[in-house]
Amino acid sequence: MKKKNEIWVFIEVRNGKPADVSLELLSKGYKLAATTGSTLKSIVIGEKVRHIAEESFSYGVSESILVEAPELKYFRTLPYARILNALIVERRPRIVLFGATVIGRDIAPRVASFTKSGLTADCTDLQISDVKYLNQEYKELLLQIRPAFGGNIIATIITPDTETQMATVREGVMESHKIDNPNPVVIETIPFIKADEDDLVEVVEQHYEENKVNLKAAPVIVSGGYGLGTKENFKLVEELAHTLGGEVAGSRAAVDAGFIISERQVGQTGVTVRPKLYIAIGISGAIQHRAGMQEAKKIIAINSDPDAPIFGVSHYGIVGDATTIIPKFIEVYKSKLK
Amino acid sequence: MFRSIVMVKQVPDTANISGSVMKEDGTVNRSKLPAIFNNEDRVALEFALQVKDKFGGTVTAITMGPQRASDILRECLYMGADSVYLISDRKFAGADTLATSYVLSEAIKKTGEYDLVFAGRQAIDGDTAQVGPQTAEKLNLPQVTYVEEILEMTDTHAKIRRKIDGGYEIVKAKFPFLLTVLKDAAEPRPFSAKRVMAYKGAKSLMDLEKLTEGNSLLYTDTLRHEYEEKNLFIPTLTMDELKLDADRCGIKGSPTKVHKVDSVILGGGNHIMVEPTREGLEKLIDQLLADHIFG
Repeated sequence: MKKKNEIWVFIEVRNGKPADVSLELLSKGYKLAATTGSTLKSIVIGEKVRHIAEESFSYGVSESILVEAPELKYFRTLPYARILNALIVERRPRIVLFGATVIGRDIAPRVASFTKSGLTADCTDLQISDVKYLNQEYKELLLQIRPAFGGNIIATIITPDTETQMATVREGVMESHKIDNPNPVVIETIPFIKADEDDLVEVVEQHYEENKVNLKAAPVIVSGGYGLGTKENFKLVEELAHTLGGEVAGSRAAVDAGFIISERQVGQTGVTVRPKLYIAIGISGAIQHRAGMQEAKKIIAINSDPDAPIFGVSHYGIVGDATTIIPKFIEVYKSKLK
Repeated sequence: MFRSIVMVKQVPDTANISGSVMKEDGTVNRSKLPAIFNNEDRVALEFALQVKDKFGGTVTAITMGPQRASDILRECLYMGADSVYLISDRKFAGADTLATSYVLSEAIKKTGEYDLVFAGRQAIDGDTAQVGPQTAEKLNLPQVTYVEEILEMTDTHAKIRRKIDGGYEIVKAKFPFLLTVLKDAAEPRPFSAKRVMAYKGAKSLMDLEKLTEGNSLLYTDTLRHEYEEKNLFIPTLTMDELKLDADRCGIKGSPTKVHKVDSVILGGGNHIMVEPTREGLEKLIDQLLADHIFG
């Protein structure tokens, strides 16, 4: 049987909208498909989600597979996995991509287990390349690139011998953009077939926190670390963020010290951000932190230690005491706006 | 009465790792790293013990790993596990999550009936969070991942609070099922001094083999018998005992291959130094305003 050269992106529906990471994956998938001549397809599952399937064409898909039913209103592992399992076994796409979100990390391993596919979690980059592995040549393999072992190592994983290569990808590490000339909308509708197992787990209620912190969307982020020393000093970080109209964030160490809530943690175990401006204050710049912010357009580091690794990823460095530099920064900035 | 199985893992302490502990094939040379009980698995064990405290039942802990993984099984006994199993075989080496979940699911089938299977969400060495769902799939069990709290339990169902992106949800799950728990979901209990005294001498088959190595006066089988008599033998299941398909174990059964490993290199360091003075900051802010960086 000829292998289907298709790239599928599972579109995660969150509160009636496609998750950012799904759109980011579509843009990445569009690029990968162009290098291999593959067909990019979006897989949309839910209740009343046709508009999401339609929206995916703006990001470059050639075809969308849509499964709609009232029973699919909430994500539930078993029915969703059953749909994907059947589709993948029947059509064997070359690549299936998921967001490394709670939903993606719940369903992707289950589907990989059923379809006996290789799966790499939490990728930060994907590429296509010919690979020589153990004296064998493989054409157009998916390179699944991810940090490993506490972020100290970047591993490139391949799954050369499985028909379908699967990966979950971290939110925010890739950029989404609409394309200029989308393909005409072609949606294949697949009927949903109920099964007794579906009701073994029922969703009783869901709560989305209103006004939740959205660091990813902030153009300016002012971030503080353990180097601030006290919660009192950390207030200066908040003040600067406020002055610049940005969001306040912190490193893991600042969260552990109780200076700031964990929802505002930037780094490998927190949020990955790519703002226009990132100001890192009193942050030494451990690999885990840099992984979450080094894609910012401009980075200013303020640190009393001239050898702090954070300077290595910065565009501007200021060596000195943050408690005197921040007030000066605020003062100068305000004077410039007048 | 609930029969719980807890999947636990001994992991290298990944806080300080460099390329020097990697082997040429890209896998980690674990013997060079301190080994610890994966923290989320310890929380999973605490969950299972709380269920037992409340409703009665049994708690069985299993791990797949090398000989020294029996360390964490002893810790499970110290915390209150009723029984433990070491799943160990040289042929399991190099397993990715697919091969690991195959071995663990077969081992769980071997340990008998169960109502609940617990695991930590993920282990700190790989951070994949895949073994839980993949084991559930192979056992044909429903799964509830990212568990924050068990709200209530009846004879047939549990009501569970789990994390979702941007909030949380409450689900109702019918037994039996598998659940993976988050780090902050519970505080693992300390070891019981009485249980430490009782079980500190517990040994797996591999531990006993190590004792008899190079000692012609000791025989593993005799020792095993003695330890079984004293209730200090940690049952050890090998590939043959589990009647496993060798092609699905270890590196052979693992579709994911490490193609390349790069150490992370610090950025170029081509940054512009700014003096921490008013003049220095003025120049910086002028530049940023000119570049439209402030939004």
